[in-house]
Amino acid sequence: MAHATDTVTAADPLVIAGVELRSRLLLGTGGFRSLEHMAAAIEASGTALVTVALRRIDPAARGSIVDVLDAAQVRLLPNTAGCHTARDAVLTAKLAREAFGTDWVKLEVIGDDRTLLPDAPALLEAAEELVDAGFVVLPYTNDDPILARRLEDVGCAAVMPLGSPIGSGMGLLNPYNLRLIRERAGVPVVLDAGVGTTSDAALAMELGYDAVLCASAVSRADDPVAMAHAIRLGIEGGRLAYRAGRIPRRLHALASTPDDGIPAF
Amino acid sequence: MTIQLNGEERAVAPGTTVLALLDALDVPGGARGVAVAVDAEVVPRGEWETTTLDDGARVEVLRAIQGG
Repeated sequence: MAHATDTVTAADPLVIAGVELRSRLLLGTGGFRSLEHMAAAIEASGTALVTVALRRIDPAARGSIVDVLDAAQVRLLPNTAGCHTARDAVLTAKLAREAFGTDWVKLEVIGDDRTLLPDAPALLEAAEELVDAGFVVLPYTNDDPILARRLEDVGCAAVMPLGSPIGSGMGLLNPYNLRLIRERAGVPVVLDAGVGTTSDAALAMELGYDAVLCASAVSRADDPVAMAHAIRLGIEGGRLAYRAGRIPRRLHALASTPDDGIPAF
Repeated sequence: MTIQLNGEERAVAPGTTVLALLDALDVPGGARGVAVAVDAEVVPRGEWETTTLDDGARVEVLRAIQGG
């Protein structure tokens, strides 16, 4: 299943905070039925960066996710999922730095449990504090071009706007805003959240996104390994198409066969 | 004395260190993916052995899980 990706090359590298990543697919680890399913999907996805979370110890838990991820030779991106305040997110990021020995963090500050949409002011506050504390901050953000710019201004290493709410699988609901974010960003942009299937990931890449982060689309698919492979190919196709330069949309037809030399019968 | 461990009361001996608490919980002291906060402050790994818990301390012991 594993094959060399041709979309992260010397001519077209993906670099976040000075680190070159070998895949444009960032994989969330939440939602897999088992660590074995997760490991198989990671391999099929070709990902180089996966999210992990911190929760209270559970004496009944079996197996170590860190051992499985180390064996997969992927970089860890701890998240602050479940945090509703800047204070909790900052403390969680600092705990994650101790736990995993990385200063990278996927910053989430959730404003509402029903939509899981980010709390913009708290997100910006936490981002600034973590950047000042030396973290490489990758914020999960709204599809708001102004907020994305503010996050970049305070020193975030990337911005990760949502396509639609976490786990909703609704794809990219506001491609216009996502394009504006892409257009103005001076740091890598990662489409985070909302991917339901391959075409959603491909569309993000066609808009010029540098990478796609998905979790549920893979982990909750009937066959996570097959979906990991499919989304990987979608991302590769989307990136190649973006670099190839698509034709403009036209209202009317434009014949591809020349008009000259049409016979008169 | 009594501490609050992950939101529940737990009796521990006076002078108990963070490392001793982890041992009692069967959490390997050298394991990656484990982090400890006491009274909403991170206790760095290098200080687990020397940090003693006070009566009433609010202790959170966290570990890596799938997520995100």
